[in-house]
Amino acid sequence: MTLKSVFAGFGGQGVLMMGYLLALTSMRQGKNVTYLPAYGAEVRGGTANCTVVVSDEEIASPVASNPDIAVVMNNPSLMKFSNLVRSGGTLLINSSLVESKIGRTDLNLVPVPVSDLAHELGEDRSANVVMMGAFVAVTGLLNLDAFKEALAETNLGKKPKVLELNRKALEVGAAAARQALGKE
Amino acid sequence: MTKRLMRGSHVLGEAAVRAGCRYYFGYPITPQNEVPEYMSGRLLEVGGTFVQAESEVASINMVMGAAMAGARVMTTSSSPGVSLKQEGISYLAGLELPAVIANMMRGGPGLGNIAPAQGDYFQATRGGGHGDYRCIVLAPASCQELCDLTLRAFDLADKYRNPVMILGDGMMGQMMEPVEFPEPIDPASLPAKDWTLTGAAGRPQRTILSLLLDPKVLEAHNYKLTRKYDAITRAEQDWETYLCDDARLVVVAFGTAARIAKGAIKRVREMGVKVGLFRPKTLWPFPYQPLAELARDTRHLLAFEMNSGQMVEDVRLAAAGQGEVYFYGRPGGVIPTPDEVAHQISHYYYGAGLDQAAAVAHRA
Repeated sequence: MTLKSVFAGFGGQGVLMMGYLLALTSMRQGKNVTYLPAYGAEVRGGTANCTVVVSDEEIASPVASNPDIAVVMNNPSLMKFSNLVRSGGTLLINSSLVESKIGRTDLNLVPVPVSDLAHELGEDRSANVVMMGAFVAVTGLLNLDAFKEALAETNLGKKPKVLELNRKALEVGAAAARQALGKE
Repeated sequence: MTKRLMRGSHVLGEAAVRAGCRYYFGYPITPQNEVPEYMSGRLLEVGGTFVQAESEVASINMVMGAAMAGARVMTTSSSPGVSLKQEGISYLAGLELPAVIANMMRGGPGLGNIAPAQGDYFQATRGGGHGDYRCIVLAPASCQELCDLTLRAFDLADKYRNPVMILGDGMMGQMMEPVEFPEPIDPASLPAKDWTLTGAAGRPQRTILSLLLDPKVLEAHNYKLTRKYDAITRAEQDWETYLCDDARLVVVAFGTAARIAKGAIKRVREMGVKVGLFRPKTLWPFPYQPLAELARDTRHLLAFEMNSGQMVEDVRLAAAGQGEVYFYGRPGGVIPTPDEVAHQISHYYYGAGLDQAAAVAHRA
């Protein structure tokens, strides 16, 4: 099993944290991982992305030519990454913010309104964690409990209240993604 | 031992501390600012000294001072900053002082950009500073190897009293991978050095100088250094081969480029393309002999670098006319994808009719 994912969105949406959480959780579950952030003159409101490879085997390249899944948090990222995903791959979209249509018909398209769901949870900033819940449901990679556990090791779980909120956010995202998948 | 998920720059810092490094002098430059960031906190915990110097030139001279006093010491920078350190590195070599210098390369020449590149291969392996000298150059390709080679760098520096360069790139500095660290070394447990300048009370005076005005004296010093470099060349070459046993074409790549090449090789192997990878882990001394054997057996080498063609010259020296040496490179901080490297491999493989070639003799 090898899963190559790309996470992309605005700087400030917690895009790099999503990739880090995936890499950390996978490592704790005994997988090989690489986490490669795009770096540059990054600013809040600019674009940010990272590539995470999770595998049972040794990972050759941390650079993914054609990722299996792209997690898209905003419109500019959709333009940039929808063409890269391999044929038959998955596009997981923050449908609260992403309006553009995509031309490709060979992708598994999963829209989840994570920004709205985060707002309903009372914490707009948790949209990335809601999205991670959706990611877990869509990929079937590891279980939600492993992610809930790993949260405690990150800044997303430093305070008990925040940890509790983020664990809830994972569940909300997973449920929404299952619903989105069921509709198709 | 538990694995830790850490970015390369932090791995470099932690490995240095575990190697007994208690002194770090540097000046910030992207993409390796996370090294001084890490060292500023970590050295405080272990009673070491962190100085953000006023310049790269100052920091390499602080390294010189600490090395003279016998300490394990490191500085890190990225391409333009490493250029500024070259005078000091030449002095370290001339003075025979152990020190570790890491270069997390970025795009150049000039100010270039902050993206990962491998354009400093010539500078690292051919001197960079003035005079007749060599730096040991280590090229890690993963965070775990970055840890292992950092520890080895300090040992080699002390063993040979020579500067050692760790040649990474921006991607290696930013990438995170799980790492297992060895138990830390207590600097007090390291063998005493009998040449350091620590105050002459109770012992004869010592001097450490690189000014040797009499040509005969300097020539003798040059020959002494040459004998040392010969000893390093014999003892310290290191490399990895991957799927070379039945290969009809061998890709030669180091560091980050080797990772990308490995991904490409996995891809084309699925289509039955018999290709392997030769990855030098020491860029100086370059492992000429093992690569010469692969050149003799396969007759087709493809050097792949994130520059416009530097290591390829060493590949040609190794091949020494035995077969073809091809080159593919992406300079300027562009990160090539495994796909495009796979395309290049196929181009040369099928172009040379290697799919039709008779099976090569099995190599032991």
